Amino acid sequence: MKEQAETIDEILDRYPGEPRYLISLLQDIQAEHGYISREAMTLVCGHTGVPLSRAWAASTFYKSFSVEPRGEHTIKVCLGTACHLKGGTRLAEGLERELGVKSGCTTKDLRFSLDTVNCLGACALAPVVVLDEEYLPNTNSKKVKQSIKRLDAE
Amino acid sequence: MTQQSTAEKLDQSRLNSTQDLLSLTESIRGRRDEKRPVIIVCHGTGCLANGSPNVAEALRQAIKEAGIAAKVVPQIKTTGCHGFCSRGPLVIMQPAGIFYQRVQPDDAQEIIQATLVEGRPVERLLYEDTKTGERIIHDYEIPFYKHQQRIVLKNIGKIDPTDIYDTIGAGGYLALAKVLSRMSPADVVSAIETSGLRGRGGAGFPTGRKWASAVAASKKRPGPVYVVVNGDEGDPGAFMDRTVMEGDPHAVLEGLIIGAYAVGSNQGFMYVRAEYPLAIKHLNIAIEQARELGLLGKNILGSGFDFDVEIARGAGAFVCGESTALFTSIEGRAGEPRPKYIRSVEEGLWGRPTVLNNVETWANVPLIIERGADWYKNIGVPHSTGTKVFSLVGKIANVGLVEVPMGIPLNRLIEEIGGGTPGAGRFKAVQTGGPSGGCLPYELGDVPVDFDSLTKAGSMMGSGGMIVMDEHDCVVDVARYFLRFLEEESCGKCLPCRLGLKAMLEFLNRFARGEGSLEDLAELENLAKAVQDGSLCALGGSAPNPVLTTIRYFRDEYEAHIKEKRCPAGVCKDLISYIIDPEKCTGCGACARSCPQGCITGEKKKPHNLDPAQCIRCGMCLDSCKFSAVVVR
Ligand SMILES: Cc1cc2nc3c(=O)[nH]c(=O)nc-3n(C[C@H](O)[C@H](O)[C@H](O)COP(=O)(O)O)c2cc1C
Ligand code: FES
Ligand code: FES
Repeated sequence: MKEQAETIDEILDRYPGEPRYLISLLQDIQAEHGYISREAMTLVCGHTGVPLSRAWAASTFYKSFSVEPRGEHTIKVCLGTACHLKGGTRLAEGLERELGVKSGCTTKDLRFSLDTVNCLGACALAPVVVLDEEYLPNTNSKKVKQSIKRLDAE
Repeated sequence: MTQQSTAEKLDQSRLNSTQDLLSLTESIRGRRDEKRPVIIVCHGTGCLANGSPNVAEALRQAIKEAGIAAKVVPQIKTTGCHGFCSRGPLVIMQPAGIFYQRVQPDDAQEIIQATLVEGRPVERLLYEDTKTGERIIHDYEIPFYKHQQRIVLKNIGKIDPTDIYDTIGAGGYLALAKVLSRMSPADVVSAIETSGLRGRGGAGFPTGRKWASAVAASKKRPGPVYVVVNGDEGDPGAFMDRTVMEGDPHAVLEGLIIGAYAVGSNQGFMYVRAEYPLAIKHLNIAIEQARELGLLGKNILGSGFDFDVEIARGAGAFVCGESTALFTSIEGRAGEPRPKYIRSVEEGLWGRPTVLNNVETWANVPLIIERGADWYKNIGVPHSTGTKVFSLVGKIANVGLVEVPMGIPLNRLIEEIGGGTPGAGRFKAVQTGGPSGGCLPYELGDVPVDFDSLTKAGSMMGSGGMIVMDEHDCVVDVARYFLRFLEEESCGKCLPCRLGLKAMLEFLNRFARGEGSLEDLAELENLAKAVQDGSLCALGGSAPNPVLTTIRYFRDEYEAHIKEKRCPAGVCKDLISYIIDPEKCTGCGACARSCPQGCITGEKKKPHNLDPAQCIRCGMCLDSCKFSAVVVR
């Protein structure tokens, strides 16, 4: 795990209070808190002097930001071209069924978030799924299921 | 994913002149013991995913246990991606150059014992030629490497990217020293113009001309000028830029510093996609180390030239690879393109003249300076000089990253270097240029791979992604895939792109379901042309390419979907069915257990049955069957 900043203030201290650091701040908060709460967003806006409406626009425009709490574990299914041709889409659909959530959503018990990404740059190992930080190269639905079970048991 | 620097530490203070740098280069080279064994363990994203850190650890352990005399203890060096990720983890024994592939921690002892102690290769870990079955000992004899011309990638896989001294020992920053000591900014611009270098990020715009425009613009409006690296690598299914940033970050940085000097910039940015944490990390390390040595910051190498650089992480939006959107994103806003009535070289970041070039473009710059524009110009073909890095993926035997001279025929790239499509057949099509590129059929295999020839064939160079397809890939599905990608990524600012792509996608969805008519196909073509002409930025402008080229070269496949309600490749879900081959089925029950619909039944050890009425064609049974008894019709 990365070292987590206790409070949003600690993250704010890393960047000067200028509008151009909006995205960097949101990225750090996303990485360390898992999502961007309304409260965090307000603090960021106060710090950078960006209007709230523009910060919301930015955080909904970019795919990597979430404005809702995320699951304990993140499952990323690559849907880049190489992974698509090798069955990535089927893998994603299988996981949606298995977890009972759509891609981009989090299970009710907040255990898992399921995401799809466009290429992780490991195309030679297609199809690729990433569980938290662990890459599953040349994978299939059976192997992913086993890895998820293992995580769930932990 | 962590990677520790593996080379020895040198204590070096700031370099105050170009002479200091040259002396450092000499001293690093002088200290090298050419005979000392070096074991290279690839630590690129691909090999890391395959567990290469465990292999490195096992090798360290095995060396300890083997009790090798302290004088010859090999150095273990971790490097960037060798391009052959599909064979990873890779281990290369230097100086002999023995190439081991798919190495597991369990192999470590044998490698040390056989290769280091007894001096013979471990046969079973050598590369096996896909055509002749022969084992090949050295990397340079493997066809995948033999036919490449690696100049941009020359250091990658040889140096430790987290150690600036290793880069300097390999000649890093010598081009910068040459520029600062012997060339004026105008000399640099003119060298790049003479070299014929064209942008590697997609459009192939002449780099020297872009730099000259920035210089002209800043003369008209004095003030800051910016230089920017486009490391967004938006093409989903390509990893050229990732490999360069991870494996040789100083090459990009050196190119950027030289460019900054040429156009009179004191501040640069590197915009890197967030999905590449390792690249970001290595670039950060490179920047810090360069700053410490005085290769960045105030008064670089005592020349009086100041320049520094900041990294901006992308946040997952394809359109941000586009220049104007990238600038708004660095400025801290949602990345939307703006109309280019004013060229972004003249009014880029914060409205100032800005030179934006792709990662690979920047990495070419030091080469041109060091070896000369004339040398560079002679590689490749007249209007596309130099080399190009391609990522070969899909249905190809040697999946990986390759660098070849521009103008090489497509089929040489695929057959000779890529080893062709696995299994019998030939390749069916190649998508070049990513989502905005086009799909070329086997029949066009002799097309030279250069900017202009690819455009003429209806495709484009793009950033260098090549997706090879065989007869199990459906062109309607592929066109639909790219269009869906672009439709999702469209920023929505202009109407032709926002609504046009949606409407086009609707046509393709219908074809994939076996609906639609030949009139629809004609209408799709018209619509595609309208979107091409009417969009604000090149995202919309080039989005129809995959659709138009697949219709142009594979019309019969579209017609099969429309007229016969059949997907010849067996991909489009609504037009296929799964069945169980009773000859092959052993009745193990694995498929029945995996089926979420419970639509497979049968007695143990007897051929099973699949009820097509309930089947949702999810493919679970296909994945779970060990006997290839599940077939797609
Ligand atoms: C939608 C869109 C996405 C793009 N994505 C990238 C990208 O990921 N990387 C890149 O280098 N260029 C990308 N480009 C091209 C850039 O706009 C720009 O032309 C390029 O970075 C200029 O550098 P070059 O001249 O060195 O190629 C994209 C263009 C468009 C229209
Ligand atoms: S397409 Fe999945 S890693 Fe590139
Ligand atoms: S990551 Fe090792 S060869 Fe690509």
